[in-house]
Amino acid sequence: MTPLLSVQGITKRYGAHIGCADVSFDLYPGEVMGIVGESGSGKSTLLNCMAGHLIPDAGQVVFDTRTDGPRDTITMSEPERRMLGRTDWAFVHQHARDGLRMGVSAGGNVGERLMAVGERNYGDIRDKATDWLGRVEIDATRVDDRPTTFSGGMQQRLQIARNLVTGPRLVFMDEPTGGLDVSVQARLLDLLRGLVRDMGLSAIIVTHDLAVVRLLADRLMVMKSGRVVEAGLTDQVLDDPQHAYSQLLVSSVLQV
Amino acid sequence: MTEYNFAYLDEQTKRMIRRAILKGLAIPGYQVPFASREMPMPYGWGTGGVQVSAAVLTPSDTFKVIDQGADDTTNAVSIRTFFQRTAGVATTTATSDATVIQTRHRIPEEPLHEGQILVYQVPIPEPLRFLEPRESETRKMHSLEEYGLMHVKLYEDISRHGHIATSYAYPVKVEGRYVMDPSPIPKFDNAKLGDMAAIQLFGAGREQRIYALPPYTQVVSLDFEDHPFEASKADHLCGMCGANDSYLDELIIDDLGGRMFVCSDTDYCEARQAAGHKGKDAA
Repeated sequence: MTPLLSVQGITKRYGAHIGCADVSFDLYPGEVMGIVGESGSGKSTLLNCMAGHLIPDAGQVVFDTRTDGPRDTITMSEPERRMLGRTDWAFVHQHARDGLRMGVSAGGNVGERLMAVGERNYGDIRDKATDWLGRVEIDATRVDDRPTTFSGGMQQRLQIARNLVTGPRLVFMDEPTGGLDVSVQARLLDLLRGLVRDMGLSAIIVTHDLAVVRLLADRLMVMKSGRVVEAGLTDQVLDDPQHAYSQLLVSSVLQV
Repeated sequence: MTEYNFAYLDEQTKRMIRRAILKGLAIPGYQVPFASREMPMPYGWGTGGVQVSAAVLTPSDTFKVIDQGADDTTNAVSIRTFFQRTAGVATTTATSDATVIQTRHRIPEEPLHEGQILVYQVPIPEPLRFLEPRESETRKMHSLEEYGLMHVKLYEDISRHGHIATSYAYPVKVEGRYVMDPSPIPKFDNAKLGDMAAIQLFGAGREQRIYALPPYTQVVSLDFEDHPFEASKADHLCGMCGANDSYLDELIIDDLGGRMFVCSDTDYCEARQAAGHKGKDAA
């Protein structure tokens, strides 16, 4: 089986400082990979390198494209990479404001990706937008409201709908539950888990919240100072951490 | 020094502007940056159009200026006088006699012919500006032909008003490639943009951009399959000349709700009246 995404030796330096160093892994279709680590451990740098937002200094990000099979997305031309970015890839930002157009209605936000890939029928676009709002539990009557009138949790769900409307195969998520209160987090996680399973999505989730990866991720990588210190099945890593840093991370979680 | 150089600008500046114009004509709809000069008028009064006119005028040209279709409003009169004094060219108000027509916000009703140049004054040349504030990003979107966002604007119009409510500066696609802002002309005029015999030049002074449409260029107004583009105008006849095919201005004539509709193109209206056509409000 060809991996959907194969990351080999990704290295990104900021001057003398290491962003992330020599990270390699394979992600198979339908798999959810969690990346955990403390602030500054290089997990967001790694995610941005994989999603094409940053250019790594070394390494390959090979994506199994629909038309041409496995291609290195770093050496691919920019129009092709941006095309991937609005069709097969999706990127969920930590702050919904970074991923949404705040001056455009919810329907327009969801419809943007459809129009970007050439959809030109208003009725169809609106029907799909309304359908997706329903799937992320936003009331269909809010379709013409701007995201500024939405709560934080709703904005985050809208961002997810906007990203998934074109049926991507790979979703990058940067702290998708950050900044939300716990009950809203729980609903969002529940929703994400459902969508990932229903659509057979592959996802890479960067977070510092171990509960998020426990619920969503099949596999886990623990990063520290830009390097992967431990990787394995989520339950294995969380229940029986081998590396000293992983042990520290797991034991730091507050038990209520 | 007692005299201005022909058409106010110095020859080097005019060469620089002509180079930008030629590049614009070679790539229809593409916004060519140019080093816009300070002109003796405020930004927003047509500094871009004036510079383009200065660069294309020759001593044998006949010059016409219209402002919202009219030859006799402040902007039109002052720019016409400006070139009368600095270039000494002949001026006219008759569309068919003019070789260079500088316009603000209208295309003349009378079809233009080959050999004429229509110069538009453009306030904001970037059609994506209010959707995407970053210039670096809009340039990238133009170069990669990523125009989905333009339809988001039209989508918003329909979702809010039930139809495409954008009525001026209606975005167009040129030769299937660049999305272009036709300057704030009413969308009624969009139909005249495409396949026009005259050269169309667009100058934005403050934004320092020139773009162009060579003669007989394909220009398509953006729309949705189920909400097609419609060139709309007020559903009346001209009160002065009775025309039913021209773009109309609505005038309030008293404080009792009285109003009349007249052609915004004064030359067209006067020519029709001289030919004996009479509207219902004509004296």
